[in-house]
Amino acid sequence: MNDRLAQYDLPDARGHFGPYGGIFVAETLVHALDELAQAYERYRKDPAFIAELNDEFAHFVGRPSPIYHARRWSDVLGGAQIYFKREDLNHTGAHKINNTIGQAMLARRMGKRRVIAETGAGQHGVATATIAARYGMECVVYMGSEDIKRQASNVYRMKLLGATVSSVESGSRTLKDALNEAMRDWATNVADTFYIIGTVAGPHPYPMMVRDFQAIIGQECIEQMPQMTGRQPDYVVACVGGGSNAMGIFHPYIPFPEVHLVGVEAAGDGIETGRHSASLTAGTPGVLHGNRTYLLQNSDGQIIDTHSISAGLDYPGVGPEHAWLKDSGRASYESATDSEALEAFHTCCRLEGIIPALESSHALAYAARLARELPRDKVILVNLSGRGDKDMPTVAERSGMVV
Amino acid sequence: MSRITAVFERLRAAERKALIPYVTAGDPDLGTSLDILRAMVAAGADILEIGVPFSDPMADGPVIQRAGERALKNGVGLADVLSLVERFRQTDPDTAIVLMGYANPIEAMGRDRFIAAAARAGVDGLIVVDYPPEESVDFAAAVRAAGLDLIFLLAPTSTRARIEQVAGLASGYIYYVSLAGVTGAGHLDLDDVLHHLEVIRELTDIPVGVGFGIRDGATARSICTIADAAIIGSRIIQEVEADPVHAAARVGHFLSEVRAAMDQPATNAA
Ligand SMILES: Cc1ncc(COP(=O)(O)O)c(C=O)c1O
Repeated sequence: MNDRLAQYDLPDARGHFGPYGGIFVAETLVHALDELAQAYERYRKDPAFIAELNDEFAHFVGRPSPIYHARRWSDVLGGAQIYFKREDLNHTGAHKINNTIGQAMLARRMGKRRVIAETGAGQHGVATATIAARYGMECVVYMGSEDIKRQASNVYRMKLLGATVSSVESGSRTLKDALNEAMRDWATNVADTFYIIGTVAGPHPYPMMVRDFQAIIGQECIEQMPQMTGRQPDYVVACVGGGSNAMGIFHPYIPFPEVHLVGVEAAGDGIETGRHSASLTAGTPGVLHGNRTYLLQNSDGQIIDTHSISAGLDYPGVGPEHAWLKDSGRASYESATDSEALEAFHTCCRLEGIIPALESSHALAYAARLARELPRDKVILVNLSGRGDKDMPTVAERSGMVV
Repeated sequence: MSRITAVFERLRAAERKALIPYVTAGDPDLGTSLDILRAMVAAGADILEIGVPFSDPMADGPVIQRAGERALKNGVGLADVLSLVERFRQTDPDTAIVLMGYANPIEAMGRDRFIAAAARAGVDGLIVVDYPPEESVDFAAAVRAAGLDLIFLLAPTSTRARIEQVAGLASGYIYYVSLAGVTGAGHLDLDDVLHHLEVIRELTDIPVGVGFGIRDGATARSICTIADAAIIGSRIIQEVEADPVHAAARVGHFLSEVRAAMDQPATNAA
């Protein structure tokens, strides 16, 4: 398997995935990124670093996360068999913790005592606050004031964990603006601060580094699927916001040409309404947040407001490696609307006894659509990236209830 | 010789330093921006930096962010900024003009189309905040071929190797960012700036302007004991923000004070 993996060695030394990725930042951040790239290069191959990371995964996160056969749902659909990779069972409730541990370990080794993060749904903020508490680091999480309103329970969780949640009032007051603000903080406090980016976006080395930390998801699947089903899946399906849970499960599967990789973006009210966050489906290439990738923008090159019922998918860009996977045809990208995601959410609750995150529900919605069209002997593996506890108020409101 | 280089040569001969004010185009509206630009020239500005509004100004502090948001609310984009320059040029053939902004609006217009349009409108130089040298080798060549200067930033964290790399691509002037952070931040550490400028001077002959954190004439004057230019941004936007109706007059008044301080003959008192 190693020599198959060796054929895919993107990004290049400066973070390019074909025409995408790179380092598009102001000079004030160039040195910090160089320093980070060097530190990461050194520790990614360091046996002590790897051992410590694996130990954290086993004892703090609860890895490996299991794979679960969604039998009843598969039966109801009458087609392909659906399996879930249970990232929802991780400590803090989503895949985000895999990456924050890796970056926080790096921060410690680089002697940075303060960590900062951006967050949309609050899951990455919670995961960062969690590891900061465990490592005794100061933690500031930037969050758009709009998102603070929709994700109140995660805001409270971050505060319980000792983090400062800083409300971002600029621009559209959502995830993209939180990322801008975190970058500004980093540029100002670069000497003692480590910026833990929550997805496979940002300037190099972030897209590569976050992917590598999340790749544990796919690596486990490659071991687990043959044990569960006797072979690798026919389809691997994951939701795509910035794209970290998707990259994490896709990346180890890239050298398996028989495995279809499908990313599912948020179609919001419908792609045709313009109220969505489907950058790969409906966007065009441009430069944002330090890399070149597909963006939702107007003809003036201004980034436009996005919409999704799930705050975690509400982002106008996408990780550059997804842009490359799309253009190269190695992965394909679909979308699911708010109402399709909600329907999948409810079905998953009722049929499987699992409350999925609204983000993950987009992947479930597409998987259900796909399963119906496929014969029973096909296997679809869905990355169940997180649990839906945080989404109770949003779902209840849609159903006309208050919780 | 480019208009920017001509400005620096002229000033050098007169033993004066360049005053480079920045203003965001379209804040509070394009008509006022034109008045502000003219008032800046009347107050003694040598080169004008015109900010192109962008939805995600990652390197800017709150003051310039707000200016950009106001301009965007007016629907001001890159094409409007170019028309503003064209209108300014009809009455002022001499003052050098630099556009400062982010990569995405340029890429949306198309790099080549933008460079040609900028040259036609009378732009002299470009600062693309998020195009570091590695990502702009082709762009720099196209900009130079059109007779424009590409101006790069250097920061307190820039290494010697980095300074050499930038010096190899830059023309017009180099923009030294006086502090770690974003535009409009805190106060600047004069000794630290002077120390870094000495290093930059060793490695290149291109004029060096200093910006980020210059808020008054006294600081501009001290900076210019070593630097070739003082660049002032957020402090000017604050004048616009405080009284948009009289923005041009207020900016002009503020800049004439800075100019006067910069032009004061040297005294023996340190
Ligand atoms: C559960 C869950 N899934 C997915 C995402 C989207 O992020 P990414 O595309 O980086 O996996 C988020 C983001 O907050 C999330 O909380």
